[in-house]
Amino acid sequence: MKSVRYWSTRNAGWLDRFYEALTRGMGFLHPLFALIGYKRLELPVIKFESLVKGFLFDSQSCGQCILGATGMVCPMNCPKSLRNGPCGGVRQDGSCEINPAITCVWVSAWEGSQRITQGVEKIQIIQPPVDHRLQGSSAWLRELRRRHEKKRALHAI
Amino acid sequence: MQFDDEPVAGENLPILPGHNSPGRLERILRAGAFTVTAEIAPPDSADPHEAYVRARLFDGYVDAINATDGSGANCHMSSVGMCSLLTRRGYSMVMQISCRDRNRIAIQGDVLGASAMGVSNLLCLTGDGVESGDHAAAKSVFDLDSMSSLAMIRSMRDEGRFLSGREITSPPQVFLGAAANPFAPPLDYRPLRLKKKIAVGAQFIQTQYCFDIERFKEYMQEVRDLGLHETVFILPGVGPLASARSAEWIRRHVAGVHIPDAIIKRLKGVIGAKAQAQEGVNICIDMVHELKDIIGVHGIHIMAYKQEHRVPEIVEKTGVLEGRIPWQPGADEAVQGYKRSKAI
Repeated sequence: MKSVRYWSTRNAGWLDRFYEALTRGMGFLHPLFALIGYKRLELPVIKFESLVKGFLFDSQSCGQCILGATGMVCPMNCPKSLRNGPCGGVRQDGSCEINPAITCVWVSAWEGSQRITQGVEKIQIIQPPVDHRLQGSSAWLRELRRRHEKKRALHAI
Repeated sequence: MQFDDEPVAGENLPILPGHNSPGRLERILRAGAFTVTAEIAPPDSADPHEAYVRARLFDGYVDAINATDGSGANCHMSSVGMCSLLTRRGYSMVMQISCRDRNRIAIQGDVLGASAMGVSNLLCLTGDGVESGDHAAAKSVFDLDSMSSLAMIRSMRDEGRFLSGREITSPPQVFLGAAANPFAPPLDYRPLRLKKKIAVGAQFIQTQYCFDIERFKEYMQEVRDLGLHETVFILPGVGPLASARSAEWIRRHVAGVHIPDAIIKRLKGVIGAKAQAQEGVNICIDMVHELKDIIGVHGIHIMAYKQEHRVPEIVEKTGVLEGRIPWQPGADEAVQGYKRSKAI
């Protein structure tokens, strides 16, 4: 829904903080998740995740979420699925070259980034090409596992 | 103009220390000369002579020629094909690579193929959406974006590896370019976007058509504040408008081209098709005069779609080459003939 998506951009600041706190909070659940098994959790979590993110951000569930670096705007809604910034076709009124009925995803992303702590630095992060194999998988679980493995690696040192 | 270490005029040059490509464009830019590039429209034809005829218009006036890659999402001869034909004649080519039609496998293959054919310059673009062209029903690819394709090609060159990590036995020696549109929203992000492109490997920049000089000056001020003008060569895009009507059409239908009212008013002030076309050229010449004095501008990129024959006039009247004559096929024979006639 466009209106909710635009609302999320306007509220990108606290949404980003809330989102980060949520991910951290879920970090405590790692032992439980590991016990149940991440594979078994994939289906229920992705269903819930796509519901929440779909509602708030029109998320396309690419499985490699970068919302924090794009002003809480899902870049996969760009008709060219650009993940590294706006193309040169943005219309003078800020609407999309391909679909003039929507505001350019990256015009919104830039607006949202300015509301996020370090958002202007984060939007400059160079995003690698999408791994299309991850489409439809849970980015939350992947992020949890990544953070846990990073922590473990640090402990090992 | 022929370099001292150029074995046969027009052939690729030895790569100097600190340079990345054997091409003339990188040599000329790094030598500090005001550089002229122009866009060539690939023909809707399989006849190589059409490519040669179109390129000949630029002989002695431009340092490198951009071969577009399905520009405006319309189908034409491929940029790989154009570049292959024209590098064989000794032209210095800039091969445009759009992300719209090919995935990472196809693009990497084309980069190797083009480099093997003597292409020394690549320009990584996002590409226009298929909706704007003559094959609107096509599936658009956009597997990469201009940024990730730049990063990918840079690592092919510098690390000698494909995106997958597999080794390339002889990496492509290319000078990497990117596009910029200082005139499209979000305006305050545009200089930062340029910074990001430079960070992933852009060495030269060709911009969208510049018709709004005030906005361009603002942009360049921000670019200089970030210190970017010292790390990249910037060639603003210019071109002649054919008439007031075509200017209005472009403004409405061509994505990313911003034409201020003042320009259209100036064209409308002139009566008659021929006079309006001449006024379009005059506007372009005035623009180049303004652009060439901006600090951080290293040359111009002329896009004279369907008006390619006017490029020599624009270059001559602006005097940007300052007497320098870019190499052209047949130029060396002319020099040899002159030397022979003197010997007799």
